[in-house]
Amino acid sequence: MRKIITSVVIAFAALSAGTAFANTGAAKLMDAGGSYNGPFGRFDRAQLQRGFQIYKEVCSSCHSMNQLHYRNLGDKYGPYYDPKYPNPNDNPVIKAIAKGYTIKDVDANGAPVDRPGIPADKFVAPFASDYDAKQANGGALPPDLSVITKARHGGANYVYSLMLGYDHTPPHDLVIPEGKSYNPYIAGGIIGMPKQIVDDLVTYADTPENKGVKATADQEAKDVAAFLTWAGDPHQTERKSAGIATLLFLFIMTIFTWMSYQAVWRNVKH
Amino acid sequence: MSGPSKYVPQSGFEKWIDKRLPLVRFAYDTMIDFPTPKNLNYWWTFGAVLAIFLGIQIVTGIVLVMHYIPATDRAFMSIAHIMRDVNYGWLIRYMHMSGASFFFLAVYLHIFRGLYYGSYKEPREVLWGLGVIIYLLMVMTAFMGYVLPWGQMSFWGATVITNLTSAIPFVGESIHNWLLGGFAVDQPTLNRFLSLHYLLPFVILGVVVLHIWALHVPGNNNPTGVEVKDVEKETLPFHPYYTIKDAFAILVFLMVYFAFVFFAPEALNHPDNYIPANNQVTPAHIVPEWYLLPFYAILRAVDFDIIPGIFTAKLGGVIAMLGAILVWLALPVLDSSKIKSMRYRPLARIFWFIWIANFIFLGICGAMPAQAPWTWLSKIGLVYYFLYFLVILPVLSKIEKPKTPPASIADSIADAPKGEEPNPNIVGVVQN
Repeated sequence: MRKIITSVVIAFAALSAGTAFANTGAAKLMDAGGSYNGPFGRFDRAQLQRGFQIYKEVCSSCHSMNQLHYRNLGDKYGPYYDPKYPNPNDNPVIKAIAKGYTIKDVDANGAPVDRPGIPADKFVAPFASDYDAKQANGGALPPDLSVITKARHGGANYVYSLMLGYDHTPPHDLVIPEGKSYNPYIAGGIIGMPKQIVDDLVTYADTPENKGVKATADQEAKDVAAFLTWAGDPHQTERKSAGIATLLFLFIMTIFTWMSYQAVWRNVKH
Repeated sequence: MSGPSKYVPQSGFEKWIDKRLPLVRFAYDTMIDFPTPKNLNYWWTFGAVLAIFLGIQIVTGIVLVMHYIPATDRAFMSIAHIMRDVNYGWLIRYMHMSGASFFFLAVYLHIFRGLYYGSYKEPREVLWGLGVIIYLLMVMTAFMGYVLPWGQMSFWGATVITNLTSAIPFVGESIHNWLLGGFAVDQPTLNRFLSLHYLLPFVILGVVVLHIWALHVPGNNNPTGVEVKDVEKETLPFHPYYTIKDAFAILVFLMVYFAFVFFAPEALNHPDNYIPANNQVTPAHIVPEWYLLPFYAILRAVDFDIIPGIFTAKLGGVIAMLGAILVWLALPVLDSSKIKSMRYRPLARIFWFIWIANFIFLGICGAMPAQAPWTWLSKIGLVYYFLYFLVILPVLSKIEKPKTPPASIADSIADAPKGEEPNPNIVGVVQN
């Protein structure tokens, strides 16, 4: 048994050696305190709705989310999931959200038309091309946010820290070009995006779940970090539940196998 | 260890098939009756673990290919599609991703075991050599697989590594373009990498069959390094003794693996690979997956021209990196000590431990940016890596005074606590 423990320890040491040293030089991230952290952590549905509201009203004017469809908002464990509508395409809330967007399409004759969105449509991108996006943003391309929490070290904590990281004083030797901002959480410290998250940036819906939740900058940053974490990893809840069941099963099976092993070898000198 | 077969066909069908294609006899001799030393420890269970992981990678890989699109403008989105919309696609992909890491973890422990217990020595040189070939094929397969999601690290990793071929004097550039199917990593590269990534696992499977065949002729090495002298006294039939022990080890290993798959699936992945490939933007640090870092450090450690213009730093690095794996092939010749197990080689044992520490240390160097002190620390690591194989082991096999190993496996287990001969009931089952 001692040897098994040794092996497991060596395994973890070897595995972590590669990742532990791979961090970049930016400032230490603040903790977004997500309810979704850890094996038993789950998303807070009301928080996902608030986060989506911020994305919709603020972020989406520059940032696309091209891996998401409106129907995803009504998927199980998603912000607008309703058990009455296992197929999110039937969910009236989702239909209403999608309808608020105008989709550029072609009709049966190939003529370009504008039509209202349906749940099966992809999130509408704010710009027609990367070129247009750069033109409108001082030459910087606002990154797509579909998997942003996976594409940056620190995930949700990175988003949370970056959103609130605009009030630091830059080091003396760092020249901030005009139209750019200082933010210690981004590599290099210079960011094209101006400060967005401020107190009362949005008005949260007056629902029972939101009772006592104030639209402070801190709360907004946490909510948008939670929403982006869900958007990048929508099967997280399903995955963790399956993980607990799998490990429980393997653990019981391991015990039985250990007992059989002991029984088979009982009388063998080795 | 392969002696006369003890298989006795029972049913009519078994008798019929045994005269025509003795498949059942083959399975019985290799998987049930195969005599295995009694004294194997847990380090001998990684062979079975590896077989399981080859299976996991092939099965999950075949399913992934059903949904993946090898086109430069769609590959990244097809991964997103697998993760979001394919039923249990997230599970299949995470199993495949983490599977690669745990496959390599197991293979390293398997190789380190071989180095410690002298499993490369007579009569197992061919077995060992086939193992080295399997490892090389695994590296190629893993490298090409990492390119397929077409993220930033995929693209730039592929660019850096394929660029190494251009170091070959005179014909390097031609080989580089031929390998890529163009002047840069692009659509033709992605297509051929998928093709080869699908092909090589089956080549690995073929070499694994040879590897197991080459194991079954001389039989297992064991912790004493003393060959089996009395099959009756010193070995047990593979089934049920080692099937149950391996099953236990596999389950323990799978628990760690699935803990990663379900709770930390991205822990071993680089975030940059969730940014779509962009040939205009180079990532700040291009690093391979953790399991290739030691060799990446060796590659980068040679940063000086040996003969400027002809024997460049790049060529030196490539030779060092390939040599670091190929030197394993020469091990049966380099280490001529008659004693197999490091248990009885007090000096070699210490140098082996240093070698393992050095290998992990090289991995850390490989993860770090190519600047001081890591550049010269990598050089120290590289020197010790080769020193161990090319100088320390050959010299020690001449001058080291080993301890005396037990005369036989039976002697080594004579002092073990209590116990009679194998449980008669179980032997009864085995012998039918």
